[in-house]
Parts: sequence; C-alpha cells; structure tokens
Amino acid sequence: MIIKQISVFLENRAGRLAKVAEELANSGINIRALTIADTSDFGILRMIVSNPDLAYQVLKKAGFTVRESGILAIEIADRQGLFLELMQLCDANGLNVEYTYSFVEQDSKKAILFLRFEDNDKASSIFHGKGYTLLTDEEMRRI
Amino acid sequence: MSRPELTVLQSRNLRALVERVYARVPFYRRKFEEAGIQPSAITDIRDIIKLPFTTKDEMRGVYPYGLLASDMTDIVEIHTSSGTTGKPVVDAYTQKDIDIWSETMGRTLSMAGATAEDMVHNAYGYGLFTGGLGVHYGARRIGATVIPISGGNTRRQLTVMQDFGSTILACTPSYSLYMAEVAREEKIDFSRIKLRAGTFGAEPWSDQMRLEIEEKLHLKAYDIYGLTEIIGPGVSAECECQNRLHVFEDHFFPEIINPATGEPVADGEAGELVITTITKEGTPVIRYRTRDITFLDRSGCPCGRTAVRMNRLLGRTDDMLIIRGVNVFPSQIEEVLLRHDGIEPHYELHVERKDNLDSLEVHVEVSETLFSDEIKTIEKTERAIEKELREALLIHALVKLVEPKSIARSEGKAKRIIDKRKL
Repeated sequence: MIIKQISVFLENRAGRLAKVAEELANSGINIRALTIADTSDFGILRMIVSNPDLAYQVLKKAGFTVRESGILAIEIADRQGLFLELMQLCDANGLNVEYTYSFVEQDSKKAILFLRFEDNDKASSIFHGKGYTLLTDEEMRRI
Repeated sequence: MSRPELTVLQSRNLRALVERVYARVPFYRRKFEEAGIQPSAITDIRDIIKLPFTTKDEMRGVYPYGLLASDMTDIVEIHTSSGTTGKPVVDAYTQKDIDIWSETMGRTLSMAGATAEDMVHNAYGYGLFTGGLGVHYGARRIGATVIPISGGNTRRQLTVMQDFGSTILACTPSYSLYMAEVAREEKIDFSRIKLRAGTFGAEPWSDQMRLEIEEKLHLKAYDIYGLTEIIGPGVSAECECQNRLHVFEDHFFPEIINPATGEPVADGEAGELVITTITKEGTPVIRYRTRDITFLDRSGCPCGRTAVRMNRLLGRTDDMLIIRGVNVFPSQIEEVLLRHDGIEPHYELHVERKDNLDSLEVHVEVSETLFSDEIKTIEKTERAIEKELREALLIHALVKLVEPKSIARSEGKAKRIIDKRKL
C-alpha cells in the first residue's frame, strides 16, 4: 500500500514555509506530518496531508513547484526496538531507504513511520507479507 | 539593385550627408575639424572609415537638439531612447525620415510574410519609444490592419488577439513568452489563435529561444533589429529563411569594428556594429557605435535579396561580462539553459567578487518537469548544466535552481545581469 506525499521545492528564503502553510490552511487542509530536507540553496518540503490532491492543486496554483509522490506509511506500536526490527528486515531484503520521518499517536500508543524506498512496490509487498499494517490514503485521512 | 549600383547610391548619399552635417551641425563640424577631415575628402562609401565615430555619450552630451540637421519647422515627430541610464538620445524626424522609416519597417513586416490581408497586433509601447510607432508605420505602409494595443495588460492582449483575429505579432521576445505563460494560466490555447508570424526585437535573444517561442505561440518567429539612435526598429530584419538579418543598407550603412581598437574587421569576424544613416535628414548619425556585437555575411541568401546580412546579436559590448578575464555573453548561457528540458527561459546572472576572484552564479527557475522529490536528482541536474556551461564559457559557473516566478518578469527588455562587483 503506497500513499500520496506532497513535495514542494522551496528556496532558502524567509516566509516561504509560512506561505505554504497559509495556502493549505485557507483550503482547510490539515498537515499530518512533515519534514524538510535542506541543502545550502534550497529545500524540499515533504508532507503527508489530509487531502493530497487538493493540496497539489492549491500549491501549484499559488506558483509553487510541487509534486505528488508515493511513500509507505507503516503503523507500529510505539515501543523500543521495533524500529530496529523494521530496519533489519529492510537490510535482510536489500531494501534501500531513501528517507524516513514519523509521528507518534499519543492516544493509541502507536507510531506511524513514513518510509521512502528506491523500490516502493517491492518494499510494500515485503512488509505486507510480514504482517505489518500499511496505511492507505483513506486511513491516513481518518487519523 | 545590383551591388555596383548600390555602391554608387551609397557613395552619393554619404557625400551629401557629410556636406550637410558639416554645414549645419556644429557638433559634427567640430568633430571633423578635430579629426582633420574636410567634406571634400569623402568621395566614395569606402572613405567612410576616415570619419570619426559617434558615441551614445556624445549624443547625450548635445541633448536635446545638438544633432539637428534640419530646421525645426521641418521636423514632424520626435522620439527618444528610454534614458534609464542617463539623458535620453533624441531622434527628430522630417517627413522624409518618417517615409524612410515606414519603408524599412514595411520591408521588415513583408519579410515576415505580412501583406495587406494581415492584422498586425502591435504590442510594442507607443509613445516616445520608437517600437510602437515604427511597427505602426510599417504596417500602414504595406496596407495591413494595425491593432495599436501597445504594451502591458497581458490578459487584454490575449482577448483582443482572439476576438480580432490578430495574425502578426510584434513585441519583445521575452514579452511573447510572458504572454504564453499567462495564456497557459488562463487556459488559452495558442494553436487556436490565428497568429502565424511574429517580429521580435529590442533585446538580444537566441535560436533556442526562437524554437521555444515558435512552439509555445504556434507562429514563425523573426528577428528584427533597430535602435533609437539610428531610427528605431527597421534597421535590419530576417527574411523567410530566418537566417541572419538583411541590413537595409540603402539607408543604414553597416560596418564592423574591433571595439578595442576601432579598426575594421574582416567579414565574418565578430565585432562592434557601427551604422551611418546615409539618407536621414532630421538627426543624422555618422558612424554610430551601437555597442552591439555581431558579424556581417555577404554571401548570397537563398531568398534572392542582395542586401548584406548581419548575424543575430551575439551580445553587447556593455552586456559582455568579463569574468576572470574571459568574455562571457548572456546569449551563450541562454543557449545552454534552453537545451535542457524543463528549464524555463527565465534566468538571472549574478556576478560577485569574492577574495579578488570573480564568481558567476546562474539562477534558473525550476519547473515541474525538472523538479524531483529527491535532492540528489536536482543536484545532478545542476551539475550537468554546470558542466555544459563550463564547456561553452570556459569558466565555472554555479547553477542555482530557484522557485518559479521568483525572477522578475519584464514587459519590455529583460534585465538578466546583476553585477555586484565593486571594481
């Protein structure tokens, strides 16, 4: 199961992130998780949002260079050692992680890990086979 | 007209011009005297190299009427350069000058295929700027219908184009691309607009940019050339071959010199374009140093016209950047950038001096096709462009991708160089 992630090209300039946030807020889009990869000149803002298709349209219209891409959302219990287990599984199957970010749900004591692989489809079937819970876009929206 | 006939005509007109300005314009009389030249020394067009050059600064120095060679009662119209870099240069036209201008602009439009059947969408600014009225007179001369929409208000331009059925577009090349951008935002399909040709000038552009304009606007794009100091647009223009601009040399005599020494260079060799207005009455100019870099091609053109051709501008002597001792023209950089898919022709060159060493940064807008979710892919693109720039320029330039629309758009001449060096 692969969900939609929104990536935005950002110059390292003050006010750009605020502008993204403003556009999303004005359209009633909620940000579930985000991360920024930065270089000296530019950054890539990656986000999981409540309505990725709308977010794409809104940001594009506002003049941002934006892209929709796929990522895995894996739900695990918020317990010590589980991330290690996951990484060992990747290692054993030759899965190369491009990047990852995560958030923890206080209520359910669960964590959601977002993992991007060179080969998302292969990773998805391996995790699925091992009984991991892979969230869908629909499930992400409901959280 | 055969070459020998043309030479006779040019020689006669040059002699008359020299006598006229010597008698009527103190500015030229003084220059001739300082150079030790009598009008009688000029008998043939080839004698032109004996005459002193005229520079833009000198023309500004005699602002407003110091170049006037006609009585003010005979002047029917005045135009000026923008004056953004100092006092403007004044161009005063007699009726005969307007007739010549209409003729050369008429030729310019005809060479792009325009006829009396056409609707000329004139998006050059009307006013003191020569572009608007120059195209206007040319369109009138060939009997076409002119839409004097002038510059700006791009959405209205697009509406008028669709509603009135414009067939020929006249504006700056960068403005035409801006129109294409706005059209895309407004979901207007250029293939459904009747435009079939465009005459683009007033700023240097490249063959790559031509391809881009032709593709986005669905028309044939022709390069035209002119300058206020000479007459406005209508000094030279491309024919249907779209391969170098025929100079209207029965009115504007071209030479190419080495900008450093002032000596003539051989045909085919690049240098500074120098023009003499051999038929102009109001404000004639002798050996004007245009600061535009090009070369002349006297080989026959397949179109059959015999007028000498100048190459599209390679740059400006004053736009030419000297970076670490190497001459760099923005047009070279533009060519490299436009070879890449997903690169928009919106760029800025930033030059700085750090620790006594010049550095060149090329800022390019990132488009959706170029943007990857992964940093390594973006950086790979940057490095690939840098490598090509190094091959084209022989110096290292740092490529930096910037957000779309972060580079200022212009509805007139694009400003692309930001030189922060304090020399």
